[in-house]
Amino acid sequence: MNVTTRPILDTGKLDVARIREDFPILRETVRGKPLVFLDSAASAQKPRVVIDAMRETMETQYANVHRGLHWMSERTTDAYEGTRDAMAALINAPDRHEIVFVRNSTEAINLVAHSYGRGILKPGQAVLISGMEHHSNIIPWMMLRDAHGTELRVAPITDAGELDMAAFEALLADGKVGLVAITHMSNVLGTYTPAERIVQLAHAHGAKVLFDGSQAVVHRRVDVQALDCDFYAITGHKLYGPTGIGVLWARRELLERMPPFMGGGEMISSVSYERATWAEVPHKFEAGTPAIIEAIGLKAAIGYVQAIGYEAIAAHEAALTDHALARLSAIEGVRILGRAQDRGGVVSFVLDKAHAHDVATLLDRQGIAVRAGHHCAEPLMHRFGLESTARASFGIYTTREEIDALADTLERVREFFT
Amino acid sequence: MFDDLRDLYQEVILDHGRRPRHAHRPEQVDASAKGDNPMCGDRVQVFLRYAPDGSIAETGFDARGCAISIASADLMAETVEGRTPDDARALFAAFREMARTGTCPECDGDKFDEALERLQPLSGVHEYPSRVKCATLPWHALVAALAGEKESSSE
Repeated sequence: MNVTTRPILDTGKLDVARIREDFPILRETVRGKPLVFLDSAASAQKPRVVIDAMRETMETQYANVHRGLHWMSERTTDAYEGTRDAMAALINAPDRHEIVFVRNSTEAINLVAHSYGRGILKPGQAVLISGMEHHSNIIPWMMLRDAHGTELRVAPITDAGELDMAAFEALLADGKVGLVAITHMSNVLGTYTPAERIVQLAHAHGAKVLFDGSQAVVHRRVDVQALDCDFYAITGHKLYGPTGIGVLWARRELLERMPPFMGGGEMISSVSYERATWAEVPHKFEAGTPAIIEAIGLKAAIGYVQAIGYEAIAAHEAALTDHALARLSAIEGVRILGRAQDRGGVVSFVLDKAHAHDVATLLDRQGIAVRAGHHCAEPLMHRFGLESTARASFGIYTTREEIDALADTLERVREFFT
Repeated sequence: MFDDLRDLYQEVILDHGRRPRHAHRPEQVDASAKGDNPMCGDRVQVFLRYAPDGSIAETGFDARGCAISIASADLMAETVEGRTPDDARALFAAFREMARTGTCPECDGDKFDEALERLQPLSGVHEYPSRVKCATLPWHALVAALAGEKESSSE
């Protein structure tokens, strides 16, 4: 399988026009207008290499993995396991066995809540999250609290949309927090959390740290060894890969101590009716036939992102975000949520004259796709006194002109509702 | 720029969305129910005061939502006042059909002619499947209140 990604940068700048050619869907029109896709934070579009990798797998080398003693199964297993190496390299994991395949970051967090939460944390210990979490990093800890007797603590955020570090540290002070589970980049505010500082504080107080990296790994280089964190959750479909495949990275000694999550085939070493022994990590956590084709597609996506390079991606998106903040804040009646110092390409906003859904419907009529709603972060919405916002989010294929189209159209939307 | 959206956002909808006439709680409330759309965060609470004969004397609401849901709540309130609970329920069935399909085949020559004409501007939502719930949400709350329930069940 040849991944024909051209190295795109020589000056550290990324050639958006060439990148856009790699994404077939960007040639589509919506309601007669060119698609302006500003909803990548919900799910990103897929480059040709990902589509081809998945199709070629099904057409030329597909069988179940880790089972058949036959050529097709061995070839498929090699390709599938190659994704583990690619992901380990992407996030600088020291050991490929620390890469656990899951469906998405929701499953990764649920795995930790179940296996580390029930298996290692003791009733009375606390899990500390932040006030800007996605529901996927709230509900599993609430379920753990109700089933296991752990406490759920929430570190507040400031009006600027940043973690309140003094409050965060105070919540760690009594030493009861066994795990800090926190986003690395907010899907609503675009805020990056100060990951290194969070880990230092948490470890100093005896707590492990899980980062929800669903957004962050799309936009900036993640190095789990430099972060010194304990768990890192990633979903493939936001990283230009397919749906149905994600990764939990965790320190090997933790994975080895943790009991399994789901039971079934693949995760066992031996089974009788009296007892079973578990497979080595990571397979202990990978019950059942995995998302083989999707994993192979994810490897192509990782290769694609690496060929472009995080430096170029981060520079491109920082320029877009600055432009978007400047254009949108110049529109009368637009309120942008959060103004964090360290932020990425996600901008949530409300318009004084129109509800977010009406805004989204009008933008859609011009071919502009944004998300409107609570973004699976209701407590965060309420923190800002809102029920919903519109959200524009950017990816490697987003252009300055698309942001101009959004801003120009928003001005007209406001006129429409005034 | 948005000329083709005038079927959805007719002037009467923009007007009722901007300046609803019934967005208040009556002094006397005999029944009330909440409705919410967990997919988008829209919320509405409908208040009813009954006349001695059991018909709906007054309708008010408190809502957070889009122009479509506010306008729909307001037009609903206007339409059901003075009607019996049975008529209000029948009207909801006809309106729901209209919101989903754009027409109401059984409504011709019906006693609801005038009422449905008033609700007609909302029929544009049928072309926007994700917005149909915005228009029907207040009606679900109304029907729940009529049944003496406190909350409407989601569709």
